[in-house]
Amino acid sequence: MKILVCISKTPDTTSKIAFKDGNTKFEENGVQWIINPYDEWYALVRAIELKEKDASIVLHIISVGGADYDPVIRKALALGGDEAIRVNTTNSDTYYIAAQIAEVAKQGAYDLIFTGKETIDYNSSAIGGLLAGMLDLPYVSLATKFELNGTTAVVNREIEGGDEVCEVALPVIVSCEKGVAEQRIPNMRGIMAARTKPLKVVEPAAVEALTNVVNYELPPAKAGVKLVSPDNVAELVRLLHEEAKVI
Amino acid sequence: MPVLIFIDHSEGHIKKASFEALTYGADAAKQLGTTAEGLLLGTVSDDLASLGKYGITKVHQVNNANLDHVDTQVYAKAIEEAVKVIGADILVFSHNQTGKAVAPTVAARLKAGIVTGAVSLPDTSNGFVVKKSVFSGKAFANVNITSAIKIISLNPNSYKIVAAEGTAEINQLNIPITEGKIKVTATNKVSGEVPLTEAEIVVSGGRGLKGPENWGIVEDLAHALHAATACSRPVADSHWRPHHEHVGQTGIQIAPNLYIALGISGAIQHLAGVNRSKIIVVINKDPEAPFFKAADYGIVGDVFDVVPKLTEEMKKLHNA
Repeated sequence: MKILVCISKTPDTTSKIAFKDGNTKFEENGVQWIINPYDEWYALVRAIELKEKDASIVLHIISVGGADYDPVIRKALALGGDEAIRVNTTNSDTYYIAAQIAEVAKQGAYDLIFTGKETIDYNSSAIGGLLAGMLDLPYVSLATKFELNGTTAVVNREIEGGDEVCEVALPVIVSCEKGVAEQRIPNMRGIMAARTKPLKVVEPAAVEALTNVVNYELPPAKAGVKLVSPDNVAELVRLLHEEAKVI
Repeated sequence: MPVLIFIDHSEGHIKKASFEALTYGADAAKQLGTTAEGLLLGTVSDDLASLGKYGITKVHQVNNANLDHVDTQVYAKAIEEAVKVIGADILVFSHNQTGKAVAPTVAARLKAGIVTGAVSLPDTSNGFVVKKSVFSGKAFANVNITSAIKIISLNPNSYKIVAAEGTAEINQLNIPITEGKIKVTATNKVSGEVPLTEAEIVVSGGRGLKGPENWGIVEDLAHALHAATACSRPVADSHWRPHHEHVGQTGIQIAPNLYIALGISGAIQHLAGVNRSKIIVVINKDPEAPFFKAADYGIVGDVFDVVPKLTEEMKKLHNA
């Protein structure tokens, strides 16, 4: 069985969000880069758990980005996985990125493709669905639990106010969120082993990007908090009713 | 060419997010000098003709048992067929659970540029630019779509529903529907609760509540306000509350009209999940809690003292 896990590089969750060059580029100065948490904590760790149960599973990691992605790819390899593939491009259109992963996936004949539910920078939540459309494979999005029963995937997926249990024969694409697995810390042996694991760099396929970011904006600053005395709770209710008009 | 809006439903009823999408699609169509039409896969007990009040002229319905649950392969092929028959070039989805699964799959099949998490109407003065939420609500990006067919997935609670007079024509669409591979074997739904992503008011509890046994005061306030309940990450991680209630950067991102945070300090990761809320109220006994900086209204006080009083006052208001 072959599993492909898609990972992306994102700013650390505590990063200050700022822009430069006339708000057309993200200010990377002072930013710590991490593996997108959904990709790492849930998708990658669940794939590693499956491989730990069945040593015959081959686990590949794919990322679409420039050479600056290599440190987070090495970190992913330190957690587990047999080899990594990086498609060498800086284009950030979701269609373009998914098309690059689809090219690699076609050649690799994977039984299972995992993604995180979204990246914490662009929040598109689109790569899994785009891949499913491009590869014409079933897609279970927003998985909160994933089990393999032979060659059938049993997946709980989020619905409004609950979840539903889906059964689908492999191959399948699954986007993972909280519940699928728990975050792990790479150990020293993993970090050492990651240094010699293959990280293949491939050039992108000729694909047209269908969107481009014109610029960024920051939300308007809050006016400041209006404090109400704990002994005058009725005043808060009045403000919410008459001033904010939200109740 | 009309704007086509995907109408999402559950348990026989059209979701509130779809009323937002319909209003948005109708406004976009008006701006572009065209009409807006809706597409519903499956059946609902709601009156479809009345959807005309959101500004759409037609509702296309496809009725087939294979559409009873979401299978993106089946849905995407059906929508692709419908788009061809109707001749739409702009598609609008809701960026909710269904939309996140289906919209990108359709984008791949139609080779359409897609912007998910949109928060405003397209600006067509120079291209086709849609504003979307990025960095988990900490910023916005203006994204230009350059493909012939364009897909916009609208963030829930970011476009105001406007209902006027109007009746939509209903068209039963006869298109081939494929067999799906996904079998849904069980549905676990907490009944009677307001779905978090659709809720207009959310009451949320943090570590300041001290334990799951104290959640009664959170629930009482939520009931008084017809609100959904939520929690911070440490609360979900300690299993005081289920994971699907966790709001924050790595949980659910919400944008209600009113977010009331009880005993939550307001770490940057938590704020990322809630800072699109229109009004934020923070109740915390620590005056230094960072959440006060992001709040509109606040009370520095003990949640166990303040919250029951607040619930009583809310009840008084509703009974008045």
